[in-house]
Amino acid sequence: MHPSPSGAAAPPDHPQPRSPRDLFVSFTWLALQGFGGVLAIVQREMVEKKKWLTPEQFLEDWAVAQVMPGPNVINLGLMIGDRYFGLRGALAAVAGMLTIPLVVILALAVLYAHYAANPQVAGALRGMGAVSGGLIAATGIKLLPQLRRHPLGFATCLAFVALVFGAIAGLKVPLGWVLLAVGGVACVWTWRKIAP
Amino acid sequence: MTIAMQWHDWLALFGQYLLLSLLSISGAITTVPDMHRYLVAQHGWLTDAQFSSSVAIAQAAPGPNVLFVALMGWNVGLNAGGGIGAGPMAWLLGFFGLMVTMVGIMVPSTTLTYFATRWGHRNRTRREVRAFKQGMAPVVVGLLIATGWVLAAGNHAGNAPAWHLWLLTGVAALIVWRTRIHLLWLLGAGALLGAVGFV
Repeated sequence: MHPSPSGAAAPPDHPQPRSPRDLFVSFTWLALQGFGGVLAIVQREMVEKKKWLTPEQFLEDWAVAQVMPGPNVINLGLMIGDRYFGLRGALAAVAGMLTIPLVVILALAVLYAHYAANPQVAGALRGMGAVSGGLIAATGIKLLPQLRRHPLGFATCLAFVALVFGAIAGLKVPLGWVLLAVGGVACVWTWRKIAP
Repeated sequence: MTIAMQWHDWLALFGQYLLLSLLSISGAITTVPDMHRYLVAQHGWLTDAQFSSSVAIAQAAPGPNVLFVALMGWNVGLNAGGGIGAGPMAWLLGFFGLMVTMVGIMVPSTTLTYFATRWGHRNRTRREVRAFKQGMAPVVVGLLIATGWVLAAGNHAGNAPAWHLWLLTGVAALIVWRTRIHLLWLLGAGALLGAVGFV
């Protein structure tokens, strides 16, 4: 088991945001790349490029962000910002994710009123939607190898992945129930496995 | 569309979004059905078309999906001011509406998350906290793949499922998985293929 290194406990070679301003700019840039959701971008920027999070930390933080109320990526930004600069960092990350994208989306809403009927515009939106679905699915696929070191074992983890996928994508079970039932079983099972 | 909004109407709108914020487990998108019930069916503050275009634009635009909430508030304000053509006063009301819904949807959930995650981090070596975080890991991976699937399938709504779209989704997933190409290139390629009519 490896409790996540973070905050003061982080090794000095672990890349970190330099300041709340760095957080604001990084999350603004990150949000502006996220068409149809920011999640795929968070993984690419925070884990692969800036390395502010390890893949394990991303998976753990994402789980927490997912079960708390509120937009997931906002929760994730809040947690990352808070970890390095406390409340100021949390506010900087959330403000970065919302401010400029809000201006952009208002401009788009005004433009949309003019061009909604144009078939090329509708086609472009459809194409981007198909790609963004692929981006998010790939984010999950890339995290699969992390499960090899899981206390439940790789095969059991894959069964849980398949179960969740089938319930949400196939049977359209409401998310709350899936989290409660499948997540509950997985957590209790893990709790028993990591007994001291 | 023109509506009359009294101060107590704005307050009720704000209260409704404060409440929905706490219910928005796993994202504001899960509260869309209830927002529709409140804004369109119960109060008639938005038309159906305004409601669905708010969601669609936010899905296609850069930024967190929660910004659809901002567009709903913006449209309520515009309607209260007599529509987008009515001039600066309507835009000002639109901006006011945007702040009402966005502050409402953001403040309760972020406050709760802020304190809960701080507690979790202080207690991160406890067995319950570790079991929760590690136990949820496979569930989260399954959710991510399912979300990608649902988003891709959502594009087919209205017309027959097209193999072109699935192919595009699959190729995009493969490229992201195997390469480090910048994601904007892929989105741009998707937009181009859509605009020329391939998908």
